Amino acid sequence: MTAPAVRFADVAVTFGRRTIWREATFTIPRGAFCALIGPSGSGKTTLLRIILGELRPSVGRVEVLGAPPRRGNRAIGLVPQRGVLLDDLAIRARDLVMLGLNGHRWGFGGGNADDRRRVERALDAVGLLDYADEPVGTLSGGQQQRLFIAQALLDRLELLLLDEPFANLDVKNEHEIVALCRSVHREQGATIVVVTHDLNPVLNVIDHVVYVLDGRPREGSIDEVLTTETLSRLYGTPVQALRAADGSMFIR
Amino acid sequence: MDHLVGLFQYDFLRHAVLAGTIVAITAGALGYFVVLRQLSFAAHALAHIGFSGATGAVWLGLNLVAGMVAFTVAAAIGIGALGDRLRGRDVAIGTVLAFVTGLGYLFVSQTTRLAGRATSILFGDLLAISAESVVVTAVLGALSVLVLGAIYRPLLFASVDPAVAATRGVPVRLVGIGFLILLAITVSTSVQVVGVLLIFALLVTPAATAQRLTAHPGRSLALSVVFAVVSVWAGLVLAVLIPWPPSFFITAVSFAIYLLVVWRVPSLGSPIARSSRRTVKPPSRPARDSLPAERPTSPLG
Ligand SMILES: Nc1ncnc2c1ncn2[C@@H]1O[C@H](COP(=O)(O)OP(=O)(O)OP(=O)(O)O)[C@@H](O)[C@H]1O
Ligand SMILES: [Mg+2]
Repeated sequence: MTAPAVRFADVAVTFGRRTIWREATFTIPRGAFCALIGPSGSGKTTLLRIILGELRPSVGRVEVLGAPPRRGNRAIGLVPQRGVLLDDLAIRARDLVMLGLNGHRWGFGGGNADDRRRVERALDAVGLLDYADEPVGTLSGGQQQRLFIAQALLDRLELLLLDEPFANLDVKNEHEIVALCRSVHREQGATIVVVTHDLNPVLNVIDHVVYVLDGRPREGSIDEVLTTETLSRLYGTPVQALRAADGSMFIR
Repeated sequence: MDHLVGLFQYDFLRHAVLAGTIVAITAGALGYFVVLRQLSFAAHALAHIGFSGATGAVWLGLNLVAGMVAFTVAAAIGIGALGDRLRGRDVAIGTVLAFVTGLGYLFVSQTTRLAGRATSILFGDLLAISAESVVVTAVLGALSVLVLGAIYRPLLFASVDPAVAATRGVPVRLVGIGFLILLAITVSTSVQVVGVLLIFALLVTPAATAQRLTAHPGRSLALSVVFAVVSVWAGLVLAVLIPWPPSFFITAVSFAIYLLVVWRVPSLGSPIARSSRRTVKPPSRPARDSLPAERPTSPLG
């Protein structure tokens, strides 16, 4: 049996005297499409940083793809939480993606013909091949998100982490990002973990949920979590989980 | 023309051309990252801190460049330790800068050995470079270019996207501090050419001009070097023809190139620039719902 994508056993994180969360015990199975939800400031980004090996937990055991987390693991891709890139950042889309391929290697130069082909394939996969030579700062928010996904797609991914990928996006762009995640999920068999404050874009594709409630990350099945009661507690305000006639769900 | 070539038999002019060219190459190359990383203020601060290092060294009877390197490298490590948070960093740099510049003034006031030197430290003295200084400049310049070449890719990654670079195993902070140390050394050697007050003309202006012209990193860096070298050469030629200080002409040429580019070329992000680079704008394609059949395989995968 292969190890789960992520396993936390009684993990806690403390910055100085402040405990962000504690008693985190959960598993994200291989091949899951998992949403990570919780109020703002509840420590979702912190949780991703632990998975990435950038932060060591104060207490507890963490396993990622069957091993302790380590930085620079190329089987893990990250689309980080951010605003838009600086609009005068003078670097082309293809250069940014190329850095995902060779940016960690010492030395000079932009990559060989094979690298360039891989970059163009990744750009094509996210529908940005026509924008390969544009300065990244001139791309729209949605295009920039797709660019970061292209960068994450360069390697054979086993785990793709996305931190608030839908921030500042319109519905059409949300759909495109979700469609991309689905194809990575399906065709590469990668595990997807998406942090989002808005569940609606992924409501009908996720099969697993990790949520941070009362300073404790926990896991739940869709049926447990996506109920009016749990969601209302989670968001701290009354919300309704509704099921449409065709079986699809939405929250408002 | 013969007149100019004939001048080359004079040592002081040969030294000026050699040292000026070396400094222009290093400053132009490092400048690319100064602009990309928004380090103009840090560069400015390093130059001023260098002034105090230089005057302190003269006061103590030590080597001027050695004094500058010591002061600026220490400052570079301090600035690097502050991290990448722009706002907090600039306030901290400014605070230390004010104190260290005051220290420089103290050194100037405490010694008579500095008479006349202070001006040349501030504004450069390209026509008074010794053979020994040329060698020091060449060694430090070659070293800086070599190290920059070695850290180029991780530095570029850390400059444009520190969050992802860190997850990909780039030692982001270390690379940043390494770059600041290179910057400190370059600022220290360029003091002879343009002085601490005018170093911007070689470190920031050419790179800013280049980044307006292209978003291709390699080309932008090369253009920045070309602009810096042209500024120094043209400045020297003008200084031979007209008896004004070369530092003035170098800054003037560098500024003129900048003005010309700003005037003639729209900035990269503007609609005019975009449509001129892409004559027929293709419709944007939606993201495909499937990935290409042939997937790249990673060495790890
Ligand atoms: N390096 C750090 N040092 C001290 N405190 C930190 C550090 N990193 C995060 N925190 C704190 O931890 C808490 C959780 O932060 P985190 O960014 O993980 O929240 P989040 O759930 O991702 O929030 P959001 O939804 O707003 O992005 C915050 O209160 C933050 O201030
Ligand atoms: Mg967050």
